[in-house]
Amino acid sequence: MAVRTEPFVLNMGPVHPSTHGVFRMRATLDGEVVIDIEPVFGYLHRGIEKLAEQRTYTGITPLTDRLDYISSMSNNLAYCLAVEKLAGIKVPERAEYIRVIMAELQRIAALLIAVGAFLNDCGAYFTPFLYMFRERERIVDLFEMVSGQRLTYNYMRAGGVSQDLPEEFMPALRKFMDMMPRFMDEYDRLLMQNEILIARAKGVGILTGEQAINCSVSGPVLRASGVNWDIRKADPYSIYDQFDFDIPTQATGDCYDRYRQRVEEMRQSLRIIRQAMEQLPSGPVRAELPQLIRPPTGEAYARIEAPKGELGFYLVSDNSIAPYRCHIRPPSLINLTALRDMVRGWKVADLIIIFGSIDITVGEIDR
Amino acid sequence: MEIKPAGKYIYSDIELDREEGQVIEDLKANSQEPIPDPDRWLDEKLEQNILLTTVDALINWGRRSSLWTAICFPACCAFEMIAANGPRFDLARFGMEILRASPRQADLMITAGTLTWKMAPNVRRIYNQMAEPKWVIAMGACAISGGIFASAEYAVVPGYNRIIPVDVYVPGCPPRPEALIYGIQMLQQKIARRKNIDVRKLLER
Amino acid sequence: MTIPLSGKDVASKIEEKFPGSVVESSQDNLVVKGNFLLDAARFLRDTEGLDLDFLNFVTAVDYYDHFEVVYWLSSLEHNHSLTIKARCYDRENPVLPSVVGLWQGADLQEREIFDLFGIKFEDHPNMKRIFLWEGFAGHPLRKDFI
Repeated sequence: MAVRTEPFVLNMGPVHPSTHGVFRMRATLDGEVVIDIEPVFGYLHRGIEKLAEQRTYTGITPLTDRLDYISSMSNNLAYCLAVEKLAGIKVPERAEYIRVIMAELQRIAALLIAVGAFLNDCGAYFTPFLYMFRERERIVDLFEMVSGQRLTYNYMRAGGVSQDLPEEFMPALRKFMDMMPRFMDEYDRLLMQNEILIARAKGVGILTGEQAINCSVSGPVLRASGVNWDIRKADPYSIYDQFDFDIPTQATGDCYDRYRQRVEEMRQSLRIIRQAMEQLPSGPVRAELPQLIRPPTGEAYARIEAPKGELGFYLVSDNSIAPYRCHIRPPSLINLTALRDMVRGWKVADLIIIFGSIDITVGEIDR
Repeated sequence: MEIKPAGKYIYSDIELDREEGQVIEDLKANSQEPIPDPDRWLDEKLEQNILLTTVDALINWGRRSSLWTAICFPACCAFEMIAANGPRFDLARFGMEILRASPRQADLMITAGTLTWKMAPNVRRIYNQMAEPKWVIAMGACAISGGIFASAEYAVVPGYNRIIPVDVYVPGCPPRPEALIYGIQMLQQKIARRKNIDVRKLLER
Repeated sequence: MTIPLSGKDVASKIEEKFPGSVVESSQDNLVVKGNFLLDAARFLRDTEGLDLDFLNFVTAVDYYDHFEVVYWLSSLEHNHSLTIKARCYDRENPVLPSVVGLWQGADLQEREIFDLFGIKFEDHPNMKRIFLWEGFAGHPLRKDFI
């Protein structure tokens, strides 16, 4: 005898402990199995693109900090690259090396939070998250030495960085680099073959490479699905073509692969920082520019490999002190298009894990 | 392999969206003035203050040493609050280790992030679900006055005190965890001076 | 390095397949007419040698008398990219065909353009506002919105 069922709609509201911020999902369920999902957001829409049309080119940098607020240095870097491409500004060499060191340190910090939050969703309630916060505090101390701020740094400028490194920075960085591999080995020992993690995350939420390309997914999610595409190698910006590092990829594209991908990328970032530390030249850290930049009329799109994916800035200028249009290509929003395909057929608990493995930040989705 | 194009959503309810939109528009129309801060303890006459009994002191000590927070963290300040809960700036030593999701078990709401008009009815609903006595700390520049985003008036509420009454304001963008701890200590001093039992009414009976 | 394709070469290829579709073309980008957009996009995605199967972003710009919708396409295999634009001269009710059938990544971005600019996309499965609430009057990113 068959039991008659009908699907119902469940609202996982904006204030929810597992949704990484104010993000709402309307899930259509048949029992416990998810049939369809509709994401609703806009609860943090602050109008950054509209505000950018009223501020000067230098004044937009603090706004870009608050986009993906856990990786502010990367946002600043992408914006400064776009302005330099538009106005044709050349950056001195010491500034390029400092930018690479900051961007890779920021990548480690952001990936630590991503992995910690993913493990939080898997059920290890807060323990790995706060362990990873311990490492992040050391990185944030380094950033505080340089810029004075703990979260939104506003450090990079069009034409370089805003100030030079203080003397205590390099010894502290060396101490951090000596300690960090030991912590990563500790996490691997505890987590890589953990039965519960493998049972919950292996085989769950598979995204094939073709689907990923069609949904315009980028970043660790794309590479975990087997596609070998990293902007640092394919379209190098700044001085990334002078460093020697690998691009890891994974085979299947399930949640466990995305977790492994992020851990592997952290190790590659450590390699890059070590090489940059040794090759750091001396010299000026900022190009000589007027206070108010007036780029010539035209448009430019510059993109970087942010910790979440491809972050790009599309700037249109009309030869005045403020941009005519500033569009931000948000990796979190575009990675979300793959959520519907990944989630169909799984249960509600798996929905939380799949959503956590995409790793979004609501500040970037809503801008 | 043929890529199947995106199909129609099974459930996409425009009616529900319209209702919610109407709620937001009504709230926006009704919240043009800021709600005054609850500082009635400043107006009390001096004699009533002297009659603060030991029972009061005991109740206030219990309340201020075990504040439980409700979750309301939209944006960047959330990470400073989590860092304040972390091992370095430990909030658990003040009794505030529980960061539970349910507002019904909480008595403090730390609002960490920019408030938009779309989110405002939800924040009001969470505030209403908390049981008395309850307090609110507005954390960060966006919570005090809209912050760096205040010029985008079409979407950003200029400060949480349009929607809920605020007790302590902690400035910063984002405020350091030490600043947040200082704000919490100010709130604890405010709770310590609170009158719970009106001795006059008791004596009249 | 990702090589930006020359707008003029691609424009000549599109022009011989669909005559009358290209409005103007330059070294950096090319502009097609709105009703030829879907055909040109399918041609760009499926042709051997072009294979532009990755849509980086879709956005719109408001030049006071017309809207311009910009598509930035790239190919992961050949490592080249192309900028293609479509113009929309109607201010009251701008309409363009949707490319969601070709690249699913345009789904949420086209909803965003509808929300902030007011440009509707035909055949989109879920054309609703995304950042602002239903019942919001106006479209914020237009130049005449205060």
